[in-house]
Amino acid sequence: MTVSTRKTKLTTALLLAPASLWYLLLLVAPLVIVTIFSFGERAPEGGYAAAFTFEQYLKLPTRSTPFINTLWLASLGTFFCIILAYPLAYYLATRASAQMKSILVALIIVPFWTSFLIRTYAWITILSSRGIPAILERLGLVQDLVLLNTPFAITLGIVYNYLPLMTFPLYVSLERLDKRLLEASKDLGANRWGTFWQVTFPLSAPGLITGSMLVFILLMGEYLIPALLGGGKIFFVGNALVDLFLQSRNWPFGSAVSMALNFIMLVIISLYLWLTSRLGGEGREEVSLF
Amino acid sequence: MDRIEFMKHYRRFEKGSITRRDFLRLTGLGMAAAALAACAPAGGNATEPAAGANLGDRLDLATWPNYHNLKNFEAFTAQTGVNINVNVFGSNEEMLAKLQAGGTGWDVFVPTNYTISTYVKLGLIEPLDLSRLPNFDEASFEARFLAEARVAGDTNLYAIPKDWGTTGYMVNTANVTDKMTSWKQFFDLTIEKYSGKTTIHDYQLTSIGNALCYHGYSFNSVDPAELAKAEEILLAVKPHLFAITSDYQPPIRNGDAYIAMAWTGDALQVKRDIPTVEYVLGSEGGEIWEDNWAIVKDAPHKDAAYAFLNFMLDPNVAAEETNGHGYPQVDQRATALLSDAMKNDPIMYPAQELLTPLEFGAAVCLTDENRAELWARVKSA
Repeated sequence: MTVSTRKTKLTTALLLAPASLWYLLLLVAPLVIVTIFSFGERAPEGGYAAAFTFEQYLKLPTRSTPFINTLWLASLGTFFCIILAYPLAYYLATRASAQMKSILVALIIVPFWTSFLIRTYAWITILSSRGIPAILERLGLVQDLVLLNTPFAITLGIVYNYLPLMTFPLYVSLERLDKRLLEASKDLGANRWGTFWQVTFPLSAPGLITGSMLVFILLMGEYLIPALLGGGKIFFVGNALVDLFLQSRNWPFGSAVSMALNFIMLVIISLYLWLTSRLGGEGREEVSLF
Repeated sequence: MDRIEFMKHYRRFEKGSITRRDFLRLTGLGMAAAALAACAPAGGNATEPAAGANLGDRLDLATWPNYHNLKNFEAFTAQTGVNINVNVFGSNEEMLAKLQAGGTGWDVFVPTNYTISTYVKLGLIEPLDLSRLPNFDEASFEARFLAEARVAGDTNLYAIPKDWGTTGYMVNTANVTDKMTSWKQFFDLTIEKYSGKTTIHDYQLTSIGNALCYHGYSFNSVDPAELAKAEEILLAVKPHLFAITSDYQPPIRNGDAYIAMAWTGDALQVKRDIPTVEYVLGSEGGEIWEDNWAIVKDAPHKDAAYAFLNFMLDPNVAAEETNGHGYPQVDQRATALLSDAMKNDPIMYPAQELLTPLEFGAAVCLTDENRAELWARVKSA
């Protein structure tokens, strides 16, 4: 081995060390700890006591509602994000002038300079009886309308907070779309609708899948939105975990619930990888999550 | 110039509102003044620190938000040279988890009564050395409150009551015309008349405890049959709740909720702004609680911790605390120094017949698995 290749290897190792340490300490190690805890027992004063038992996993059905709530509202939220983000991304990528584009991108990004907590808290005021319901009532449109602390408020909070995560991957995949393909489709006699479904949409699929994954995965761990905009009445897995680790101090059961959540994520991500590899093509490398 | 003024100038300098030259002049003066102040006897209305004691320059305190009169902290620092570093927490569980994990560096913290026995069992606190707390006068503390700072079969005091309060509910009488006096009414009227206008705590101890009171059971019951009855009423009321939240001031203030399960301090604060809000203690019983001063066993600044506790136990200082945060004192010497308006406030000092049936929360409620699972079922419903 020459000196220079050895040097290169050393440099590579040094450059990779911080990231490797980061993953070992903050991802692998906690995951190992959670796995060990999930087979343990709750200590009499709370916390963890060493044991080897499947008891925690057998108790998982008692937390089925939070899992169902989370899966259902995460899917609904992702769906609405797609419905709103697709036309927006399409407009940004294909129709907007350069100036319009920068204005719109700024409008999407600027609100996110404020903390997530504060933005969500602001919705409490907007949705509370002195906010939108009061205005609609004064207009004589509704009576005794309750918006805050409903599934509607949670869905709204989700769409509001996660929309950019859907918009940008879609925008990237639509922007790189080869315009000649659209012309070819037209030349070959497809109408606009046909061109969209047969050319544009399939080519934007990788962006769509990436956006959906980003939104869905983060939503599965959501805690704040159901607590603040759902009034704590709709139990998400995130909220169940907080209760288990803090209120009842049952770390082993909390760990088992975390493991179940990780397992569901793993299934979803495998599905994602399978879908993107099947779609293949150039689009994949451009927008893939991994 | 004392430390506080020095810090003020320092912050101004950080913000760039004074020139570097000014700053150097000020700090130069400040250092000279600080040296002089260290030689001079401590002033102020409070107790002087033990002669010759070297307390160091730092004390770490873990506490709740808005829970102290900062004037007292400033006076303590001026007197002893010990700076107080405050860590703010949202729940006892969080505090316990941190201390259990170790390495907090905390000296003093303010646990609620029902966690004391757990801290003792986990070896995180030890009996207080009362000879180092000359300002503590056992006779002026009601025995009922001191009992909570002891553990079974042990006469030692592990903590000293800081202040106390109750768990009742707020009612906005502008919207609720019924005269409410009980937990039975709290749940029944929510279901029958005020659906969607009530909040309960996101805390199993109080929400389950008050549902137990509905049936006349103990606030602290862990009896499965009694818990089943409490679950029934909680499940029945769930669809009629506006929220399950411990942040209930916003919905009461903006009119989303008319009735809210509440702690003393929140009721005081809301009533100050909305006079139609009344605070009700359930006639069946419910919770009385106290927060305590405690010293961490491995406190890195133990001398400073004792000096700080002794300072806070001075009746004048304690009364100033209440003037600052509004929670009633246990120390009767301090209570005597409060204004009549405070002493006669029915939220701060409820009538004795309302206090008698109240119970201190028990540690067992927080470790009982049935209660935890019951609460998860209510929240899942």
